[in-house]
Amino acid sequence: MLGRVANTIYWMNRYLERAENYARFMDVNFNLSLELSPNEEQQWKPLVVITGDWPLYESLHEKAEKNKVINFMAFESENPNSICNCIINARENARAIRPEITKEVWEQINALYYLVKKASEKKRLNDSEVRHFFSDIKNGCQLLYGIYDATISRNEGWNFAKLGQLIERADKTSRVLDVKYHLLLGSAKQVGSSLDLIQWTALLKSVSAYDMYRKKYGKLSSTSIAEFLILDTDFPRSILNCLIRAEQSIVRLCGSSFGYCNNAQRQLGALKAQLEFTDINDIIAKGLHEYLDDIQGKLNDISTAIYEAFFSIEPHVN
Amino acid sequence: MPKLDFSTYDSKGFYDEMFDENNAVRPNYKLFLERLEKMSLRKLNQLQHATDRSQLSLGMTFNVYNDNQGVERILHLDIIPRIINNKEWNHLEKGLQQRIRALNMFIQDIYNDQNVLKDKIIPKEMVFSSVSYLKELEGFKPPKDVWCHITGSDLIKGGDGQYYVLEDNLRCPSGVSYMLENREILKRTFPELFEKLDVKPVYNYTHILRDTLESLSEVDNPTVVVLTPGTYNSAYFEHSYLAQQMGAELVEGRDLIVKNDIVYMITTHGLQRVDVIYRRVDDDFIDPEVFNKNSLLGTPGLFRAYLKGNVVLVNAPGTGVVDDKAVYAYIPRIIKYYLSEDMILPNVKTYICDEESDRKYVIENIHNLVVKQTDASGGYGMLIGPKSTKAEQQEFIAKIKHKPRNYIAQPMINLSRVPTLTDDTIEGRHVDLRPYALFGDDIKIIPGALTRVALKKGSIVVNSSQGGGSKDTWVLNS
Repeated sequence: MLGRVANTIYWMNRYLERAENYARFMDVNFNLSLELSPNEEQQWKPLVVITGDWPLYESLHEKAEKNKVINFMAFESENPNSICNCIINARENARAIRPEITKEVWEQINALYYLVKKASEKKRLNDSEVRHFFSDIKNGCQLLYGIYDATISRNEGWNFAKLGQLIERADKTSRVLDVKYHLLLGSAKQVGSSLDLIQWTALLKSVSAYDMYRKKYGKLSSTSIAEFLILDTDFPRSILNCLIRAEQSIVRLCGSSFGYCNNAQRQLGALKAQLEFTDINDIIAKGLHEYLDDIQGKLNDISTAIYEAFFSIEPHVN
Repeated sequence: MPKLDFSTYDSKGFYDEMFDENNAVRPNYKLFLERLEKMSLRKLNQLQHATDRSQLSLGMTFNVYNDNQGVERILHLDIIPRIINNKEWNHLEKGLQQRIRALNMFIQDIYNDQNVLKDKIIPKEMVFSSVSYLKELEGFKPPKDVWCHITGSDLIKGGDGQYYVLEDNLRCPSGVSYMLENREILKRTFPELFEKLDVKPVYNYTHILRDTLESLSEVDNPTVVVLTPGTYNSAYFEHSYLAQQMGAELVEGRDLIVKNDIVYMITTHGLQRVDVIYRRVDDDFIDPEVFNKNSLLGTPGLFRAYLKGNVVLVNAPGTGVVDDKAVYAYIPRIIKYYLSEDMILPNVKTYICDEESDRKYVIENIHNLVVKQTDASGGYGMLIGPKSTKAEQQEFIAKIKHKPRNYIAQPMINLSRVPTLTDDTIEGRHVDLRPYALFGDDIKIIPGALTRVALKKGSIVVNSSQGGGSKDTWVLNS
């Protein structure tokens, strides 16, 4: 497979995953805002902070307001990570590698593209239109994952797609947990109150984890939630589960599961092993924020290593 | 809901493909008309909208040159097809095969023995002054002596009901993906008609294309790639479509590298040798070492590898000489010279501004003529005399006097018309016809075509870049 093509597939899947994640936690937050007293700044700022785009937001707007945050995260053309731009980029990448995907996958990406195009042409969306938009994006992305799964061969391209999707997902789960956790711990006096409960529920729903968490732990507790989202081996959005499956893909790409064939496999394997043999109490004792920060840094390094190992191969001929 | 009624349809003044001069339906359209007359205009409009949606969902979009980046348009597909009977098609097929065979011999000759020049069939200056003539190719013979593997000639039908060849398009003819996808869409629009009418299928185009490309290499299971300028190119949809349909790798110039005169593509597992390149990049841009130095689309060393015979380029470089509109004027004589046959499909009468008597005639009659720049395409660089202002005519006269070699003129042809769905009715619109030929071991004409239609009332400019649309073209087995 062409290095450029592999790179494009990888990023196409990262963008899609990003758009879907944004749509989900925006939707959850929107829902939450309907039931809480309106402290807009406190309610909406963390969403932008999660994404790492707060400096850009601040350069465009004075403070975090509901409508401005929604617009910034969903439609803002200057925000390279807005849902609109993610979908446009994913579709542009899909166009560039059209022969690698099936007609069904292409048509669904295209459908998403026209969805965001149409929504972004509207001057202003009312509350119910905004919620529809988020759920359309979520549904559209999940439909796409299903079509991808059902029509794409488990070839090299598939493995690069999975790498992109899972690294993005691990990163987003870590960010959601990081910010929410701080927000929640910051209001210690409210622990056990109904507000607290609603926030924890929202955190889980932001990563579609509420149902599976309840099934496993029953009670809501901060430690268990952190454990579930970081270290659970079976939940498909936990960081460890993402890494386990990403490693399977990189093993297939490298051809060997013993040791490593390049830096990407080495770093990915090391991070997975680190989480595999860690206890949640150790993480909390050390500081959850620092721990998540470290994971995010390592995920970035892995992405760079993947680029160097597969996408920019130095031409060499005898 | 009132049914469609054609009693007031205007078929006068031009050759209409569906109705004769007495407004009686032609035999090839009889069944189709019966189907239409059972429908309301509203129903037909609904079918048309479904077609537009299909095209968007398939991503059949193109970027228009000079337009803002990111502006995508669909090539409007009008759902009323162009229908051609078997007899007419056989005539076209024979005519195109004859023409392509002769033109291929001509290209081989001008780069090798140059007999056609020595025998003064065409002035040598005319050939050597063509911007598409590549001196670098002198003495070169491509695999199997085939230069123009893929041709998409533009034909028109005049008021006399006769086909004429307007342009040969031997470089990188585009539009075949629209022929193929238009058919898929129309099969959903009028499923029952395809069976009843016995329409010849076109689906095997990409199979024949792949076979043609593979046949040019001496390697077993050669690696075939499609070379595209990239996603911003207006024909990108087609490049990716053909690569995907053929199961070939879609590459850009930067994905290729030439070492020791061998072409490789850069893959995730190192370098892989490339044997055949179906390139959709113009000659000028394929290799910055030899041609346009500023080209970012090309691959340095590609042309060297080609001359050494280490890679096959399709179409061969240098075929553009035939697309030169002044060289076009000599094609009847070229066919006679190589094949000792009269041409089956005539040319449109062409005045060569480089020849004094013709130039005089063109300048005096410019208001009645269509003037074209010899190295332009896509409907650019053109003056339609009867529809131009005095100032525009003067501008072209000045251009002709300044560089006569760059201009030719042709009489205005009354392009035939096909009924076309407009906003609130059905009216005749002017069309041309672009069939596709593949030349490997022999010359195959695919029984179908892209029919381009000038959507604006009265317009004869069918180019997609200038408000043209398309129609599916049905070739009948009877």
